[in-house]
This record gives sequence, structure tokens and C-alpha cells, in this order.
Amino acid sequence: MSDKPILDHQIFTELKDATGEDFAAELVNTFLEEAPGMIGDLKDALAASDADGYRRAAHSIKSNAHTFGATALAELAKKMELGALPAADDLSDATQLEAALTKAGTALRSLIDD
Amino acid sequence: MTETPGQLLIVDDNKVNRLLLSRNVELLGHHATVAENGRVAMEMLSRQSFDLVLLDIEMPEMDGFQVLEAIKSNTELRDLPVIVTSSVEGLDNVVRCIELGAEDYLPKPVNKTLLGARVSSGLEKKRLRDEQKRLLERFATTEVAQDLQESGFAIGGKRANASVLFCDIRSFTKLSEDLAPEETIDLLNTFYTLMFEAVSSNGGIVSLMLGDGLMALFGVPQPLPNSAQSAVTAGQEMHSMIEVLNLERQAEGKSDLKIGVGIATGEVVAGYAGTDNRATYTCIGSTVNLAARLESETQKTGSRILVDQETCDLLNGTPVLETYGNTTIKGFSEPFDIHAL
Repeated sequence: MSDKPILDHQIFTELKDATGEDFAAELVNTFLEEAPGMIGDLKDALAASDADGYRRAAHSIKSNAHTFGATALAELAKKMELGALPAADDLSDATQLEAALTKAGTALRSLIDD
Repeated sequence: MTETPGQLLIVDDNKVNRLLLSRNVELLGHHATVAENGRVAMEMLSRQSFDLVLLDIEMPEMDGFQVLEAIKSNTELRDLPVIVTSSVEGLDNVVRCIELGAEDYLPKPVNKTLLGARVSSGLEKKRLRDEQKRLLERFATTEVAQDLQESGFAIGGKRANASVLFCDIRSFTKLSEDLAPEETIDLLNTFYTLMFEAVSSNGGIVSLMLGDGLMALFGVPQPLPNSAQSAVTAGQEMHSMIEVLNLERQAEGKSDLKIGVGIATGEVVAGYAGTDNRATYTCIGSTVNLAARLESETQKTGSRILVDQETCDLLNGTPVLETYGNTTIKGFSEPFDIHAL
């Protein structure tokens, strides 16, 4: 597992300062709504041995993770974006990513519920 | 920063990115429209006018590279600035965007200050290009405007084979001494209207207007199957039109107008010369000088049209009335055979 922090608070603070607190909260909620779909896309692409779809789903998660400062999630997603497509039945990376997403989601939610 | 709000199109398949970019663009004082992939973006671009595109690379259906290619190969859209915003991995991908014609590349997550600066600069470029287009539509002929649309605007020339035509009203200064200023301008306007018609109906363009004369180009910027024949036909039409005009003038008790036409064919350097603010499509080279000399030579020989050997060789069936062999032309060391048509 990555030793990167779950959340880089400075990045999230900068996002709030630049776009407004309410907007940042709305953006987190959108991300949390969209994220299961992105994990779904990733798993579908894996099952269909669709390397492009797999890379694109990982890329999307990485991109959003960077936006919120979800560093560990971003690192993991980047590794999957750049790595080779695993075997169709090898769900280890996908499961790991899902776990990182859950952690990042919990951390983000706690910040906007303050 | 006070600037006119721009209409921006944000193309991104990721909802969070679309929302965030829209927010940043709106906070900068611009209007944002979103498209969720390249195909949708191209549809929107064909229906609505935008000032700038913020483009993601990794997208399903039609990715950012394909969108860039489609925009840059479309003459209507090619001047639209595109800023690529992506977290795509690899320097080669960034280089590819710039090579495909992207104005700039901003890595995601996009820094708001940097985005503001790049958007302002992109919008300014768009405004200048629009301004240039408006000016061109007013001053340039349709052919030149088309050439500019296709080749993009660049000061600079290329070598080409073309025919150059000079046409001048004989002793116009003397003629205008007896005319009121308004009558002189009226006469010139009639003259130019007729001459422009003869030039453009034969595929040429008027490159210069010089008091009581003009210079026209055939074969540049648009190639013609036989530029020499087109120029000569234009020259003959000029004379026919002046004859018709003279019938009207005779009826009004006015004196006849006489014109002389000189045509030379050969290699020229053609292109847009001037400054970024004011430029004209023109031609230089000894072919141009020769055509001008042939036009003034018509006064000595009393010919309607004088052409050089190269033009004469390319004509299909136009009879030569007289050939002046070994004629010395000012500015040229070797004597020429010139032909009256």
C-alpha cells in the first residue's frame, strides 16, 4: 500500500479559496456520486480486456483525485493508467483502488461536513 | 482585469472537471458552455460561435487529438484558439498537442491564475484574428480572402508562374484638367468598375490601383490553366468595355478615353507584403517591371495591347497584329521581341 497521505489538506484549502466553500462542497458531492460509475467503467473495461477503456477510467479517477488533493488515490490511479492491463479476472488493482477511493471519500466528506 | 467576456467551450468527459473549469471560467468573467466529448463539441462548434476552446485529451468517442485535427483542418474554425487542459501522462503527448495547433497546454488540476492569463491571451489573439478577417473582407478580393482562409495569414512570398497586366488611361492628367474634381472621380470610378469586372471575370485579381491605372495578376494566388490567355482576354475585354463607354461619352459630346495594356508572363514572387496591420497581396520581379514597361511602350507604338514573347507563346489563336523585333526596353539590358495584339 502507498505511504502517500490520504488527503493533502493544502490542496483542498486552495480549491475552496479559489472557487468558494459551497462550490467546493458541491464538487466533492459530485465526485462521490460519479466515482462508483468510474470504478464500474474500470471493472467493465477489465472484464472486456479493453485496455483503452481501462486506461481512460484510471486517468479520470487520477485527474479528480488530484483536484481534491487525494494523493494516495491519485498515485494508485496513475500507476494503473500507466501500467499494463491486468488479466480479466485479476481484480486486485481495482479492489485496491476502490478501497483508496472509500478512504479518500470519507476524508473529503468529513471536511465538507464541518 | 477589464476585458470583454468571451464565449468558451469546455470539452471534458469528466463531470467534476467540467464543473470546476466552468466555475473557474465564470469567476474570470467569461461564459462557459460544456460538451462531454469531442463529437458533441464538434456539433456545437458547427452550430454556435465560440471564442476559445478548453480541451481535454482523454475522452471516449472522439479524443482531444482528433478534435484538434478537426478544428485545424476546418477553414471556418482554424483560427479558434484551443487550450489543452489535461493530466495526460508523457511529454510526447503535450508536444503532439502543440504540433497539432493547440495554443497552449495547461496541466490539470488547472491553476486558476494561470488559466486566467492563458485565456486572456487566447481571447486577445482571437480578437486580432477576427479584426484582421473583417478588414480583409472589406479590402481584399474574394480570391485573396479565400486564399488567406486556406493558407492562413502570413507576410511572406512564394515563387510562382503568373501573368502580370498593367492598364493605364492615356493622357489622363491632360483630360482631367478640363474636368471638375467630381467629374474626375466619377470617371475614375467608372473606369475602375469596368476594369475590375474584366479582371475578375477572367480569374485575375487587381493588386494595385495607381491613379489612372492598375496592376492585375493572373495565376496567383489561384492557379489558372493558362494565365497568359486569361490576361490577354481580360485586356481585350477592357478595350471592348472602353469602346462601349466611349459611345456613351460621344452621345454626351465628350472626348474618347484611350487605354493601353501591357502583359508579361514569367516567374514572380507573390505574397502578402506590408506590416501585420496593413498588407497587400502583391507581386514583384522582372516580369512585373516588363509588363509595366510594355504598357508605357503602347504609347510609342500606338498598340492596344503589347505582350512579351512568353505570353505570346501561350496564346491559342489570338492573332498577332505586329511584332516589334529587338526592341530595347528601359531597365532591361537585352532587347526583346514584343507583340501587338
